[in-house]
Amino acid sequence: MNADASPPKIRTEHLTRQVGENVIVDRIDLVVWPGEVMMIVGPSGSGKSSLLRLINRLDEPTAGTVYLDEQDYRTIPPLELRRRVGMMMQTAYLFPGTVAENVRFGPRQRGIELSDETIERLLARVGLAGFARRQVDRLSGGEAQRVALARVLANEPEVLLLDEPTSALDQDAKEAVEALLQEVIREERLTCIWVTHDLAQAVRMGDRVGLMESGKLIRLGTPEEVLHA
Amino acid sequence: MLSQWIHDPITLAAVQALIAGGVALVMMAIAAWYGIHLEREIIIALARGLVQVVAVGAVLLIIFDGPTTVGFLILAGMMLLAAKTAEKRAGNLPHAFRVAFWGILIGAGSVIILMTLVGVIDTKLTALIPIGSMIVANSMNAVSLALDRFEGEIQAHVGHIETALALGAEPKVAVRPYTQAAIKASLIPRIDSLRSLGIVWIPGVMTGMLLGGSQPVEAAFYQFVIMAMILTISGLASLVSTLLMAGQIFTPADQLAFGKPS
Repeated sequence: MNADASPPKIRTEHLTRQVGENVIVDRIDLVVWPGEVMMIVGPSGSGKSSLLRLINRLDEPTAGTVYLDEQDYRTIPPLELRRRVGMMMQTAYLFPGTVAENVRFGPRQRGIELSDETIERLLARVGLAGFARRQVDRLSGGEAQRVALARVLANEPEVLLLDEPTSALDQDAKEAVEALLQEVIREERLTCIWVTHDLAQAVRMGDRVGLMESGKLIRLGTPEEVLHA
Repeated sequence: MLSQWIHDPITLAAVQALIAGGVALVMMAIAAWYGIHLEREIIIALARGLVQVVAVGAVLLIIFDGPTTVGFLILAGMMLLAAKTAEKRAGNLPHAFRVAFWGILIGAGSVIILMTLVGVIDTKLTALIPIGSMIVANSMNAVSLALDRFEGEIQAHVGHIETALALGAEPKVAVRPYTQAAIKASLIPRIDSLRSLGIVWIPGVMTGMLLGGSQPVEAAFYQFVIMAMILTISGLASLVSTLLMAGQIFTPADQLAFGKPS
């Protein structure tokens, strides 16, 4: 992935989060190249989601830091950082109101009002053409996650963090959302860090896979390397 | 009827207070029979309430003709105690005492000063302290309701708040629906009271004035003034305390620092 010698999009340096005696994320050094899909797998409580939260700076590292385009992210205003590093969570957490209001939310924070055409284009992008005026409480789980994706994409992020975005969905919706994410990530050339507990999904979707255990990154490589190690 | 046998007014009032407390104990016994055990809380509340209010009566008797400054000092002390009480309703919210105090000080203090300046509240201590304390108590209730609701809203919506932050929202925007809900929750009882004024109930001030021989219409206007003041101070106190609290639950890096599992 780093063949053209471009600098890493995301680089973590000894990234650590400790709460009391509990080290949740333990000195993680991770490089993610532009356009790469990095899958993070590991058992429940291994620190995968905590790692993503640190990269989005929803939590503060107790040691180490993250570099975005080789700039220490502590020097980037948090709101700008989070616009550039979008995050999709396990639950959609849609705001009450219409689908369009949700999609407008991110750009509106920067004073940008998306046109109806842009909203429709974003919704069509996630397979929800014609859903703009629908109330979010009438959506299925899969549709809600698609709206959450459109809402993140509306911010035009450079990096997409995915925290088990399909784990709360039924099998059909899971496959559909996974296929959609794969398509969007490739077409938008997004750098992506995707947390999952599903090793098969990690192998299917990732350029590289990192395996976490007890807060540590214990293995890192291509899906084949990690699977057969 | 009691007054036929007891002629000393203080003894009569004390006996009436004991009877009222006794009736409350009967209610407590009925509740206990139904499985609602609040015996300790009710007995302590009755005892504290009686001792405190009689103590205030005694203090008023002593400082009856004192300077207005003394009245403001007493009200300031009441505000500190009110903030301490409101703090308990704020659960684990950070800096709750400080936040509640500022809410009560700005809400109650500004209205007390304004109403004293325009003459609605007499500067005599016998008027300033009881009416001022009523305003402080109402602002305390508003702050307690607002902070209690705010804590519940934050804990119930951690995911939504962090999602808003992750989409680039400022903290004040991310919590706005919950600050609004908290302020609204603290105002609804006041609005309902005002709406039902005179139809469902005749509140204490008007009742007191009528019993004291005032003109009913004069008493009614005065009661409206008091109710409008209570609505104002409730809004101000809950607004100030909730907005101040909203600023306390985020770190300087715009991270939610409250309500998350650690």
